Amino acid sequence: MIAAQTSKPWLQTLRLSLTGIVLFLGCWYLAVFLEVTPRRFLPAPHEVLFRFVQLIQEPFVGFTLGQHLLSSFRRFLNGFLLAIAIGIPLGLLMALSRGVQLLVTPIFESIRFVAPIAWVPFAALWFGTGIGGPTLVIFMGAFPPVLINTYRGAIYVDRKYIEAAKMLGAGPIRLMTQVLFPASLPSIVAGLRISAGLGWQSLVGAELIVASSGVGYMMVKGQASIQTQIVMAGMIAIGLVGLLIDILLRRMERRFNRYQEVH
Amino acid sequence: MPSSLPSFVRYLYPPVFLLGTLLAWFAVSEWWQWISPTRFPTPTQTAEAFQRILIQGYGNGRLHQHIVQSVLLVSLSFTISAALGIALGIFMGASRKIEALVNPVFLTLRPIPPLAWIPLAIVWLGLENSAKVMVIFVAAFVPSVINTFTGIRSLEVPQREAARMLGIRGRAYYFEVLIPAAMPMIFTGMRLSLQASWTTLVASELVGAVLGLGSILNQAAQDINPPMILVGMIFVALSGWLMTYGLGLLERLAIPWRPV
Repeated sequence: MIAAQTSKPWLQTLRLSLTGIVLFLGCWYLAVFLEVTPRRFLPAPHEVLFRFVQLIQEPFVGFTLGQHLLSSFRRFLNGFLLAIAIGIPLGLLMALSRGVQLLVTPIFESIRFVAPIAWVPFAALWFGTGIGGPTLVIFMGAFPPVLINTYRGAIYVDRKYIEAAKMLGAGPIRLMTQVLFPASLPSIVAGLRISAGLGWQSLVGAELIVASSGVGYMMVKGQASIQTQIVMAGMIAIGLVGLLIDILLRRMERRFNRYQEVH
Repeated sequence: MPSSLPSFVRYLYPPVFLLGTLLAWFAVSEWWQWISPTRFPTPTQTAEAFQRILIQGYGNGRLHQHIVQSVLLVSLSFTISAALGIALGIFMGASRKIEALVNPVFLTLRPIPPLAWIPLAIVWLGLENSAKVMVIFVAAFVPSVINTFTGIRSLEVPQREAARMLGIRGRAYYFEVLIPAAMPMIFTGMRLSLQASWTTLVASELVGAVLGLGSILNQAAQDINPPMILVGMIFVALSGWLMTYGLGLLERLAIPWRPV
């Protein structure tokens, strides 16, 4: 019996995993067939899947699913890149200069507690509902982890390297780009992963409230016309893209960690 | 705050900074008028908006009613969800079978951000409190499960075996070995859960609600009332901070052995 258990533990895991999925789908189908709620509120799993495929081919509220995703992704990239472009240099600067650190910390600490989504009204007022408004909301979600991780990574860089670089005549800019930045890279990349997750999540929120295209907008329209399949298809699409972004960044993270171990 | 500074500077700095920011705000918006009040409110306008919502009310209620609505809703739903999430995390951590059973479904649902559940919650439950409870439940559940699970698994084999050898079984094994060991991770998960819950609630109130801090923001955005937007944001931040602080206190009570 012990031998049987140790020889194929993966088989048991697989069996249980399949049971879990079957149970989940089974409950879903059961709820659909017993008509717990009317069909349009709870479509069957395969209907959601059909609608998903259909959305890829046919436009809904003006765009196909691919186009909605593209416009969402472009907004996400804007906000995310902006967070990187400001967060990394600022984090390095804070680690280097006491003055900057004293100036930024209180502002940052107080703004951090504002949920990114609460920026939506100002975002719409200042930058409109096209690209700019949602970008600000994504930026507010994505910025804190980048800044925090860059700063933490940079203050834990071995003082020896900084002293050595200073002695060899490196100015503050070279110190930042050639010493602090490479040394804190693993921490920065770890921050990027968190930041991308939060940014993607803020994007969805921003699009639910202010946007005229994008997956979030598509879901709101589906919700308004009680087409639950569209709402669920949107959730799947958002989940998939989020997962893809996370996998990409995780791969990057692993590479930089290996880099650190070798050197 | 860097600890190398003299202590009186450390204590004096925050209020001095606050005063400086306030002064700068007066300067750029009221005295020199660099920023148009249609874009960002002046301090006087903001004070007036604050007074108005405090005394007369704004958007279906007075300030304290909005705060009570939001904070109470989050606290209740968060507590239920985190309790269930922690329980599932403990079972998943303790038994590989339960882990194998639940994990695939869990992993499939996990990448969907909590905010993406808002439209579904509205289709199912409308703009009532119950829709918010559902959304907060989803938001708080996932981090609780993951962190509890990780915490339970972080207990090393020698410790497990020592516990077994000393004859600790059944309930005692859970309550005196596994759960205390996982406690720090459980609280990490709860902090993440609370943050996610708060963001999600504000978002779903922004989408549609009668009362609540998010609904102030929504109403103020529709009325194009920048001072009221700012007041709403300040109280979203303050309430969020207050709840995080409360959870921190709870943590210190629950894990007295943890070095702070």
